[in-house]
Amino acid sequence: MVLVNLIGAALIGLIIWWFWLYKPRETSINDDNLIVTVENGSYFPAHIKLPKNQAAVITFLRKDPSPCAEVVMIPKLDINETLPLDKPISIEIPGLKAGEYAFHCQMQMYRGVLNVG
Amino acid sequence: MVQAGSQVPESEHDDHSAQSDGEQQELFVEDASCASCVTKIETALGSVPGVQRAEMNLAQRTVLVAGSASAIKLIDAVENIGYHARSMENTSDNDVLAEREKADQVYYQRLIRNTVVALGLGIPLMVYGLFIGEMTVSTTTERIAWLVVGLLTLAVMVFSGKHFYVGGWKSVRTHTANMDTLIALGTGTAWTYSMVVVFFPGLLPEMARHVYFEATTMIIGLINLGLALEVKARGRTSEAIRRLIGLQTKTARVVRDNKEIDVAIEDVTPGDVVRIRPGDKIPVDGVIVEGHTAMDESMLTGEPMPVEKEVGDSVATGTLNKTGSFLFKTTRVGKDTALAQIISMVKHAQNSKPPIGRLADVISAYFVPLIMIISVTSGLLWLNFGPAPTIAFAVVSATTVLIIACPCALGLATPMSVMVGVGKAAEAGVLIRNGEVLQTASSITVMVLDKTGTITLGAPKVTEIVLAAADNEDEILGLAASLESGSEHPLALAILESAEERGINTSVVEHFNAIAGHGIEGVVEDKHLYFGNEKLMRDKGIEIDAFTDRAQNLASEAKTPMYLAADGKLAGIVAVADPIKEDSIAAIKRLKNLGLRVIMLTGDNRATAAAVAEKVGVSEFFAEVLPQDKTNHIAALQMENEVVGMTGDGINDAPALAMANVGFAIGTGTDVAIESADVTLMRGSLHGLADAIAVSKATLTNVKQNLLGAFIYNAAGVPVAAGVLYPFFGILLSPVIAGAAMAFSSLTVVMNANRLRFFKAQEH
Repeated sequence: MVLVNLIGAALIGLIIWWFWLYKPRETSINDDNLIVTVENGSYFPAHIKLPKNQAAVITFLRKDPSPCAEVVMIPKLDINETLPLDKPISIEIPGLKAGEYAFHCQMQMYRGVLNVG
Repeated sequence: MVQAGSQVPESEHDDHSAQSDGEQQELFVEDASCASCVTKIETALGSVPGVQRAEMNLAQRTVLVAGSASAIKLIDAVENIGYHARSMENTSDNDVLAEREKADQVYYQRLIRNTVVALGLGIPLMVYGLFIGEMTVSTTTERIAWLVVGLLTLAVMVFSGKHFYVGGWKSVRTHTANMDTLIALGTGTAWTYSMVVVFFPGLLPEMARHVYFEATTMIIGLINLGLALEVKARGRTSEAIRRLIGLQTKTARVVRDNKEIDVAIEDVTPGDVVRIRPGDKIPVDGVIVEGHTAMDESMLTGEPMPVEKEVGDSVATGTLNKTGSFLFKTTRVGKDTALAQIISMVKHAQNSKPPIGRLADVISAYFVPLIMIISVTSGLLWLNFGPAPTIAFAVVSATTVLIIACPCALGLATPMSVMVGVGKAAEAGVLIRNGEVLQTASSITVMVLDKTGTITLGAPKVTEIVLAAADNEDEILGLAASLESGSEHPLALAILESAEERGINTSVVEHFNAIAGHGIEGVVEDKHLYFGNEKLMRDKGIEIDAFTDRAQNLASEAKTPMYLAADGKLAGIVAVADPIKEDSIAAIKRLKNLGLRVIMLTGDNRATAAAVAEKVGVSEFFAEVLPQDKTNHIAALQMENEVVGMTGDGINDAPALAMANVGFAIGTGTDVAIESADVTLMRGSLHGLADAIAVSKATLTNVKQNLLGAFIYNAAGVPVAAGVLYPFFGILLSPVIAGAAMAFSSLTVVMNANRLRFFKAQEH
């Protein structure tokens, strides 16, 4: 029973580390343009590195038919855009100050972050 | 900022000689990643018959193709060499909508198919477990039988639930977690445990040798069903935007080379002359150059009465021609039309969130991992402290916690209501900038109304002329009209119009000077004139005492008396009246019934203001307010902790509109500048204002209901699923019940938001 409890505690630790503490690898934007695919409940890539004060274009390509995937929002930039299925939609990101800018669907189930710095 | 398809800057392709090669198309090749791909793709496209040139921009992953080949052939050519291509041709809102509906229908059918397959196995299993036999493994025969069922369940999981498992796994890999993660973990745990029972029954006590294949299949079936119903219900939330998009026509009858020909709307350019016949919808914005008619603009402005139009008047896309046949010259096309801007603004506002949803957003962001932790904790508590068979209870509670939690309901609560509410407002000719404005508008306590053009028509007429030193009325009117000839002030226009009607010619004005808030001065026919209010006369030392009573009487009849002085003597008084809009009284009553304190602001004199205020039933007003002082009144009200709405014409009142918590720009028809305020009222009636407040209040109430329901559902459902009721009442939820509750909780949110569709804002 002690072993089971230890495994349970380790599992809780793993959840906390994996979802909240771990800093995932970020994808840098090359040539000021990046394609983010919306598929299977997620954005790929979901963690994007952007240099500060540099404008960029992120093209979202939605392949996920779920209505949840239909809108992408970047609340700090007051951007929200409807993503038609299978149609690339480009969003211009202005030059930004250093910081994290979350992007997500309306329900926050699909989530990603622009890490500017 | 954001565009589909045409995002590639023109300059990127400016150098392309392809531009001179006839028709062009643009493709997006999603998986082209290296320089060698460019050559392969360009070569493949170059070999398609009809293609003259293909040039790829690797950074943008776009290919510009010149020639006559169809998009389908081009896409085939790219896909034949192993890449995935999509056309980037600009599509109209109508096409996007049609594609969306088609995609939703395909998705709906897939979900229904998944449901049928999953419930096709789940229901018989559940019936067996409830009424026929035990879902336990005791004998070898039972092991074989349950092994077959386990494999069938696996097949259902792959067929009907694959998207949950793939989605769950992919989101975990990106260190995010979503609803799929919970469903995949919940159903996966139930199936895995059951298969352990089948393969290794000896590892478990006899009481714990229970299989949960029915739970796995039922949960997958019910959640697919919930999603399918949600897709249908969500479609209805965008009814308003669909209606607006439906106002766009596909063709226009353009006059070219003296012939009238039907051309595709994309080919109409500014400057084209378009023929409109009775019953036609206006295809693009323009100005009438021949003929006259009555237009039905209700679809944009909410104004039910037809609007008379003649040469020089503008017509707006989507409005309906009622009677005459006329020609108009195109001024704005495509994304520049008023309708396109309205659609764009409504779409943006529908997707934005009011602050009330922020707490739900914060919770949503941490929700799924938190539920996973609660699930593990619940399992451990049952293992440590639960009754026998502890492992079975632990598995059931851990699974049920995962399945019952519904982050979707929380996440959907706000956006679904905002989507319907903003759309509903647009139907009434009320354009709300975003969700935050919607929320603030719902909590306005004081509504400040500008008088001229808001409560009144803003089209004053000269009603009386009182003689003082002047010999006749025409002399006074002539001098006043000459002085006002350069002004566009509504009162000036009234005087000029009256002079024109009487056939009075105006003279040249020199040394013109506007004295803000008081009047004007200038020299006409060598006479030094002052024209304005009582204060101006007193400031300039003009003797008016013999006429102040007369002026008071005029003012008490809601007429504005304006004194004219020539060379230091009062020449006479011109009285101008601005008629009150016929529905202002009823609309102001509605505002009061909505619990608002209504205040009128005007630059007019106190007596006129008092007369107008009394007529429309406003007890508080501020008269003789200079334009620059309007903001001070707004600020003073805000200092009293009032949430202030300000309604004005959007141009003269811009500072006050900006200062107010919510600025309402009241327009007259489709000419209104829709970018100028927090809320734009497309029609001149104050009923639009009452509609805006009413719909904001109704939407916020709906959001609160949704949020409360979602919070209570999760706050109560998760502990019950974990088994908190078991020690007291012996109640432990079945995972199947949890699956049904979860599937229908988000559906309930969408359905509640849909109730707003039946909200009637106009209660005159």
